[in-house]
Amino acid sequence: MGSRWPTLLLCLLLCLVAGGCAREPDGQTIRFWAMGREAEVVSTLLREFEREHPGIRVELQQIPWTAAHEKLLTAFAADGLPDVCQLGNTWIAEFAALDALEPVQARVDASTVIDQDDYFPGIWATNRVDGVLRGVPWYVDTRLLFYRKDLLAEAGIEAPPRTWAEWERAMAAIVRAGPPGRHAVLLPVNEFEQPLSLALQTGEPLLREDEGRGNFRSPGFARALAFYARIFEQGWAPPVSETQISNVWDEFFRGSYAFYLSGPWNIREFRRRQPPALADAWGTMPLPGPDGPGAGIAGGTSLVLFRSSQRKDAAWRLVEFLSRPDIQQRFHAMIGNLPPRRSTWEHPGLAGDELARAFRDQLERVRPTPQVLEWERIAQEIRLATERVVRGGQPQRQAAAELDARVDAILEKRRWVRRQEQEAAR
Amino acid sequence: MRASLAAWVFAAPALLVLAVFFGLPVLAAALLSLTDFDLYALADPAHLRFVALDNYLALLRTPLFWKALGNTTYFVAVGVPLSIAVSLGAALLLNSPLARMRGLMRTALFAPVVTTLVAVAVIWRYLFHTGYGLVNWALGHLGIAPVDWLGDPRWAMPTIILFAAWKNFGYNMVIFLAGLQTIPQELYEAARIDGASRWRQFLHITLPQLGPVLLLVGVITVSGYFQLFAEPYVMTRGDPLQSTVSVLYYMFEEGFRWWNLGRASAVAFVLFLVILGVTALLLRAGRRRDLL
Repeated sequence: MGSRWPTLLLCLLLCLVAGGCAREPDGQTIRFWAMGREAEVVSTLLREFEREHPGIRVELQQIPWTAAHEKLLTAFAADGLPDVCQLGNTWIAEFAALDALEPVQARVDASTVIDQDDYFPGIWATNRVDGVLRGVPWYVDTRLLFYRKDLLAEAGIEAPPRTWAEWERAMAAIVRAGPPGRHAVLLPVNEFEQPLSLALQTGEPLLREDEGRGNFRSPGFARALAFYARIFEQGWAPPVSETQISNVWDEFFRGSYAFYLSGPWNIREFRRRQPPALADAWGTMPLPGPDGPGAGIAGGTSLVLFRSSQRKDAAWRLVEFLSRPDIQQRFHAMIGNLPPRRSTWEHPGLAGDELARAFRDQLERVRPTPQVLEWERIAQEIRLATERVVRGGQPQRQAAAELDARVDAILEKRRWVRRQEQEAAR
Repeated sequence: MRASLAAWVFAAPALLVLAVFFGLPVLAAALLSLTDFDLYALADPAHLRFVALDNYLALLRTPLFWKALGNTTYFVAVGVPLSIAVSLGAALLLNSPLARMRGLMRTALFAPVVTTLVAVAVIWRYLFHTGYGLVNWALGHLGIAPVDWLGDPRWAMPTIILFAAWKNFGYNMVIFLAGLQTIPQELYEAARIDGASRWRQFLHITLPQLGPVLLLVGVITVSGYFQLFAEPYVMTRGDPLQSTVSVLYYMFEEGFRWWNLGRASAVAFVLFLVILGVTALLLRAGRRRDLL
């Protein structure tokens, strides 16, 4: 009995040595966490990845979006992060601050698949925190206008508006021409993306002083807030949350409003519900900007490697695979998410899609939000401040001043940490 | 002396478990609530600061905390009496000499207590769905327009109260049932001879005799209902318009969504004080009536 132990030990040692020396990631299992609907869809692509890389097995874990953030942070605290993960790009700053993300610039430079210049610059920038590249964009989410062509024509508007001034004229004309009760636009007040999109368009930074304080008393934000508030003051938009409208799609086709500011997933929803008579009567258009076609938010998710991973090379292969234009195109066909690479958009399936074209156009101009880990809380505060103006009738200057104060309070720890780091560096 | 030493030895295992799994965590949370433990501190312990009572003071200045406390108070003020009334009613029915198939009924009424909350919450969400829910369908037959039960700020909390009362009444019912069976039948007999109606028998015999049980049930239910969390977490996520954010849900968001564990610990201690205060009042009221 006892004589068997040394052999076993030797075997074990050999295995360890062999495992440590192996160049080719053979017989490895990488753990991949994906979220929501993406996780359901990506599994079919993973089977193909495994066929191309016989040595690598992917263990996919599906996480609901509502639980994702907690789960990731708890996994970080418990040292249980996966090898590769889909990460909302507003969370990248957070996990970068935790130093949980592997810098990937060197891998990107060496890659024959991932070409940085092929990506839309605004979305690529969301993955760069303090100058370090922490991930590769997987898909983009930006918000633009769905609109009723027939209602615009009815109001005498020939071309979709391109500037805020043109948009205002169009909204006024639509309300004037329509039956009583018609609104020009739906901007649900329970979502931060709408006011944030407008605020990003002015080009004014949202935070100042090394992103340590709010910059909401600036002329740029004041202009965006004034424009946003005027839409409600004039009665062009109803001051309601999305939950108060039982069915945003039906109401759109019923003509309750001519514009709806929303995201790419709604292309599919609108298509599914369109009455046959209105099939050609609606479309998408880039968001009008202050002085010309405007910017939009650069939401979406990225693929990241965790620093704690022991199988980064194999995991990177998966990132490369999912970043290939042909794979991205199929991913888009399955789920409707917007690909972040220009070459993917040249694929006939996407280039020929009338409704996606406005998104393609706007993606060239998307802007990242500040890369601070407090960003989601700040975005919520922006929403609450605009809601107080629109629903609570608070003066705009006061709302902006209060917003600055709240954001400054949220960022207090960041300022302190930055000071500490600077002193330590000296 | 000997006897007390032996007592300590016998109690030691239980005390040890309590100290390790309850005392220490509570102490740690108390210390945590005096710091600003957050993501920065998680990344680097050097970023942890001692802030004394700042978390508590900031909490008292946070509108959402007060809103959560208001929502929770609403839930307790309506939910506890409703739940106790339903439990008592069910217990009285089961205890009635006319009741048939008592064992089956007792099991059926107790079943919601032992079912998984998440599973039944999902079913309730279907029942109360605006479009194809059974409740709105039934109301429709009575000519009542559909109500957006979980999406309307006015109705979301009442729906959750109804759900919680249904889910929990069985537990108290069993306690009441035990209490009812200890009331001597002679008292009812004497009352009947004096010509007391059923209602007067209930008021003057059943209720006073159940006094201590009522107090016990009241204290347990109040402290349980103040810790409202799973129902809004599964059914509404605090929406609509934060009308179902409870104190515990707020604590969860602070702690595990924003990772402000210092602030979240402070919430826990404030909630503890609130529950302690309310149950102390209940106990004092009970003592005045000689229920203890």
